[in-house]
Amino acid sequence: MTLAFITQSLVSGINVGALYGLTAVGLSLVFGVMKILNVAHGEFIMIGAYAGFWLFTLLDCDPFLGLPLVGIALFLLGMICYKVLFSHVAKFVEEVKLKNSLLIAFGLFLIFPQIAQTLWTGDERAISPAYSGESFAVLGIRIGYVPLGALLVAVVVILGLHLLLNKTYYGKAVRATSENWRAAKLMGINVERTYMVTFSLGVAIAGIAGVLIGLTQALMPAMGMEWTIKALIVVLLAGIGSIPGAFFAGIILGVVEAVSAIWMGPYTVAVGMVILLVILMFRPQGLFGKA
Amino acid sequence: MSSKGKKYSSITIIVIAILISIPLMTQRSDVLTWFTLTFLYIILAHSWNIIGGFTGQQNLGHAAFFGLGAMTVRYAWLSGVPLPLALLLGGLSATLFALIIGFPAFRLKGIYFVIGTLVMAEVLRIIFDVLFPRASVLPTKMLGSYNMNSRYYLSLIVMGLMVAVILWLSRSRCGMAMMSVREDADAAEASGIDTQKYKLFAFALSTFFCGLAGGVFAYYSVAVLANSLFSPEWTFDALIIVFVGGVGTILGPIIGSVFFVLLKQLLSLYLPGGIHVTVFGVLFILVVLFLPGGLIQLMEIIRSRISLLRSS
Repeated sequence: MTLAFITQSLVSGINVGALYGLTAVGLSLVFGVMKILNVAHGEFIMIGAYAGFWLFTLLDCDPFLGLPLVGIALFLLGMICYKVLFSHVAKFVEEVKLKNSLLIAFGLFLIFPQIAQTLWTGDERAISPAYSGESFAVLGIRIGYVPLGALLVAVVVILGLHLLLNKTYYGKAVRATSENWRAAKLMGINVERTYMVTFSLGVAIAGIAGVLIGLTQALMPAMGMEWTIKALIVVLLAGIGSIPGAFFAGIILGVVEAVSAIWMGPYTVAVGMVILLVILMFRPQGLFGKA
Repeated sequence: MSSKGKKYSSITIIVIAILISIPLMTQRSDVLTWFTLTFLYIILAHSWNIIGGFTGQQNLGHAAFFGLGAMTVRYAWLSGVPLPLALLLGGLSATLFALIIGFPAFRLKGIYFVIGTLVMAEVLRIIFDVLFPRASVLPTKMLGSYNMNSRYYLSLIVMGLMVAVILWLSRSRCGMAMMSVREDADAAEASGIDTQKYKLFAFALSTFFCGLAGGVFAYYSVAVLANSLFSPEWTFDALIIVFVGGVGTILGPIIGSVFFVLLKQLLSLYLPGGIHVTVFGVLFILVVLFLPGGLIQLMEIIRSRISLLRSS
């Protein structure tokens, strides 16, 4: 009984953890390449989730099939946000850029929930297609179709991003820019465009993660900050800029939370945070950061 | 004393006299509430300004100290401790916690400090939310004798203390040392300034007043919920006020608070709830992008334009 209970928690932990990983990957990409700390990342997740909700309720579109649409829409939103706001700080010295981008993102963090509140009201929403409650059993462990689908999507997105960064010209440009944007520019790389695409890509991934979250959890305008904190924890645990690392750290956090929920009860949400604080205490530069 | 100094000190005295006599002139509770909230936000914003503005450490865990101060004062006061003592306890409890977490916290640099403090406050919010799930409501007897005047004067006194400390900081060696830590910590260290000591001192001072702000709020509120006392909104409000007003200045956070409370009250009268946050979000971004000095800078620009016009 207890064993089955723990295994069940493990499985759901992996499912939730994949979502943590996916949210963190977008944040890590943007921070690693541009040194812009986007604390509004959770707000983009929220917008993506509501976009999926609209597709489902207004157009009767299957949420999984609507994922590319949400991705494209959020990509465009990211482009607008970058062009209007973040491009102003992209050329500053690293320290100033970090502070100013943090403050701008903080402004977005104030604005987006209010917009969501007016568009979708404060009621809790959910994306619930007909199959959302269905599950099948493997060796006595229930696996839901929706969490499994979300896990698969997360893996596909992260593999795709990995291939994009390592096998294409764009990926080469991104890696060069993240190492030294001046040198990259001298080599003829369009730094401005690389930045814009990277930022928008991060936002698009946040949107896709948002739809997947909306399939498994309740949506509300104020959900953003919780997910920003989750993503930040995972990014710092994994080390900044490591894409596969962020995904695995996400799964680890999900499993730790799910298993500790058996004993910790209401304190479970704090578990990941306390782990992060303890790690920061002993390694102030993060788990894999350079001193 | 120069004539300019005389002018400023006479203005200060007049302002203090007006503020003291307001409850004698009017007993409208909306006016008194408005002033009390403005004073509260001045204390909160300036307490963040000490660590975030003067010392340059972007502390996003301010709500933790507000909550600690508020909880201490609330429960001490309701269990019969005299109010001044309860307030002192509230401030000290926040400072004590700041000193405990200060050593590990200031080893963190850049984003690690920002995220670390934010996460620390959230952990505290979750713990207190579980420990105190029910709202603390004033007992009926106290509710009957609730009067706005004492809330008004308490917030006024604490605000006066806060501004006095800020004035002293802006003129003293200690305040200079704090600003040098903000400008260039390595250079400050090389000129013989113990940066760690000044960071800790700024943190202790900042959190003491943040605890007092929490205490004032706990005394003002009829019912408080632990979850909302530790809500990150307290940090964010302080941050917005300081940046919109003018970061690292004396007048900036005061103007910012007046503006913030006024706009909040007006907008929530005429628009659906919460829109003031959007307005402030837009304002905040505009200030960060185009007016790094805040409203204070805007006033100076206007003033210099006027004097240019006059001289020409």
